[in-house]
Amino acid sequence: MLPRIVVFGCGNPSRGDDALGSLLLERVEAWRAERPDLDVRCVADFQLQIEHALDLSDRDLALFVDADASCAPPFVLRRVAPVAGTSHSTHALSPGAVLHVYRTATGETPPPAWVLGVRGDEFELGDPLSPTAAGYLEAAWLEMRAMLQRPDAEAWDARLHAARTTKVALQAP
Amino acid sequence: MSPFLETAANPRSLRRVVIEPVTRVEGHGKVTLLLDDEGRVRQARLHIVEFRGFEKFIQGRPYWEVPVLVQRLCGICPVSHHLAAGKAVDMLVGARRLTPTAEKLRRLLHAGQIVQSHALHFFHLASPDLLFGFDSERDRRNIVGVIGAEPELARKGVLLRKYGQEVIRHITGKRVHGKAVVPGGMNKELTQSARDEMRRGIGEIIGWSREAVAIGRRLFESSEQSAQFAVFPSNYMGLVAPNGESDLYDGVLRAKDAAGKIIFDQVDYTKYNRFLREEVKPWTYMKFPFIVSLGEEEGWYRVGPLARLNVADRLGTPLAEAERQAFRAAAGGGMQHATLAYHWARLIEMLHAAERIERLLDDPDILGADLVTSGERAFEGVGVVEAPRGTLFHHYKVDENDLVVRANLIVSTTHNNQAMNESVRSVAARYLDGKELTEGLLNHIEVAIRAYDPCLSCATHALGRMPLQVELVDAGGSVISRMVKGSDGRVTDGEG
Repeated sequence: MLPRIVVFGCGNPSRGDDALGSLLLERVEAWRAERPDLDVRCVADFQLQIEHALDLSDRDLALFVDADASCAPPFVLRRVAPVAGTSHSTHALSPGAVLHVYRTATGETPPPAWVLGVRGDEFELGDPLSPTAAGYLEAAWLEMRAMLQRPDAEAWDARLHAARTTKVALQAP
Repeated sequence: MSPFLETAANPRSLRRVVIEPVTRVEGHGKVTLLLDDEGRVRQARLHIVEFRGFEKFIQGRPYWEVPVLVQRLCGICPVSHHLAAGKAVDMLVGARRLTPTAEKLRRLLHAGQIVQSHALHFFHLASPDLLFGFDSERDRRNIVGVIGAEPELARKGVLLRKYGQEVIRHITGKRVHGKAVVPGGMNKELTQSARDEMRRGIGEIIGWSREAVAIGRRLFESSEQSAQFAVFPSNYMGLVAPNGESDLYDGVLRAKDAAGKIIFDQVDYTKYNRFLREEVKPWTYMKFPFIVSLGEEEGWYRVGPLARLNVADRLGTPLAEAERQAFRAAAGGGMQHATLAYHWARLIEMLHAAERIERLLDDPDILGADLVTSGERAFEGVGVVEAPRGTLFHHYKVDENDLVVRANLIVSTTHNNQAMNESVRSVAARYLDGKELTEGLLNHIEVAIRAYDPCLSCATHALGRMPLQVELVDAGGSVISRMVKGSDGRVTDGEG
């Protein structure tokens, strides 16, 4: 049986490069038609919230896709683990906090999860995706498609290239 | 009120302490405290730095697109914008009175939004502060901390929010940013299977909401700090039914002063700008609305759950009404002015909304098929709802080509602007005067702001966009100290 996947596409489509997450999720939704054998749950929202923990139920792999204002371009892939107590701001939770909510609320271990942060620079209301970010989107989609074509935790971990990773790649569970 | 704290006589001689952004509040916020040479707070301002561009975003669009378009303004309360804009465009197509099914579907949608938003606010933003105390370690003061300490409470919080979102999904087709409201009505019927599914869950939701109210009441009444924290008299405004009962979807505007005396009542909301005006100040994008008859100095007011429970004569559902009476009794039967009473009021409203959902699901009209009406075309429309955080106005003018040529939005955060500044000043004057800036002290300010649950710009949430920055700037404008807390929770000096 193939692993069941959930992909979260985060961001506001009307705020410039914040659309990266939702645009990439649209690519996944279209791509699913090519792979009807794969069970891929797509979840789009402006930001992650506590209820998104419930979307992790019955999944074997989780991928969070979002614009990243500080990562090295074009994107950074990193592993993410449940993180207690580090979501300091806003109504939005970090991917790690969502995993932690899942673990605590259900008593189960969340699926292995990765974050794909795609570099974004312009976030004004009403602005379209910037040309630069449009290029990053294409690069990120190639990465995502390669991941989805081989839905396997070891294979995804193998894609964590040190040269492109500016953040901590693996956090202690 | 402490006007001396807003405009110091000689600001250039003051040191500035900048807190940016306010944690656990959406968007980018910044608190500036101007200190004198002795370290006393002389000026306090809440800056909301990205709250702009809404009107420009809407102008030039066909009016029928607007109810969907405005959902892009906010990821937290898109349904409120959807409904307020929908009511405004109803006027444009001459739909003075919706069909019973359309109105009840909108009310059901609104009640779902109230439940999911209030559940999130309490379990995510407010309960950590109230459960653990303002000075508790930072890591316990968020939803993760709540789950660790009260797993059952947190689980119910997650499921309450989920239920509200399911109501929204059943009506709009999507959990977020669906489409339901169209000019003059609604775009699709509610299926019987969807109605039945919502019915099956509502009993439990009402039960959990009652438990939440009990918790909110206990936390408020048992804490001396809650009853004394940022307490100050103010005016209040909200929407009520013509008979004085609370109505979160439609009705007339009512305002009361700090003593509970009516300032205005039975006001047609389409004429809001005869009673409310917005003042501009040079240091912020945010406008400062005031009640015209009271003037700029005395006319500021509060909106939202606390205001609604202060201005309404009663709630229209039995369980929530009993809780409202207890709420008012706790203030000696008069007006409740404690800022932290917002949390308790919010939970009473969540119960009220849950009861409303049950009532609407039992109404045969909810499954009707007559969804849209229209009438004489107009070129100006005003819509209002009581959004979870407070009164929300949408006002549009369109041209003969159906394009929006003017838009004016007054969101709850704008209504509460002066009140939030007053709360910051109140807390800063009491807790920060002459003391070293610490996380515990900063949290007091944040607790005061979070009570209003402001939407600070409906900003983006891109990774890496939400650092907490604390800067100490001297009288010459130089940063003499900086603290940065990243989204991973690490605190650094911001130098790399």
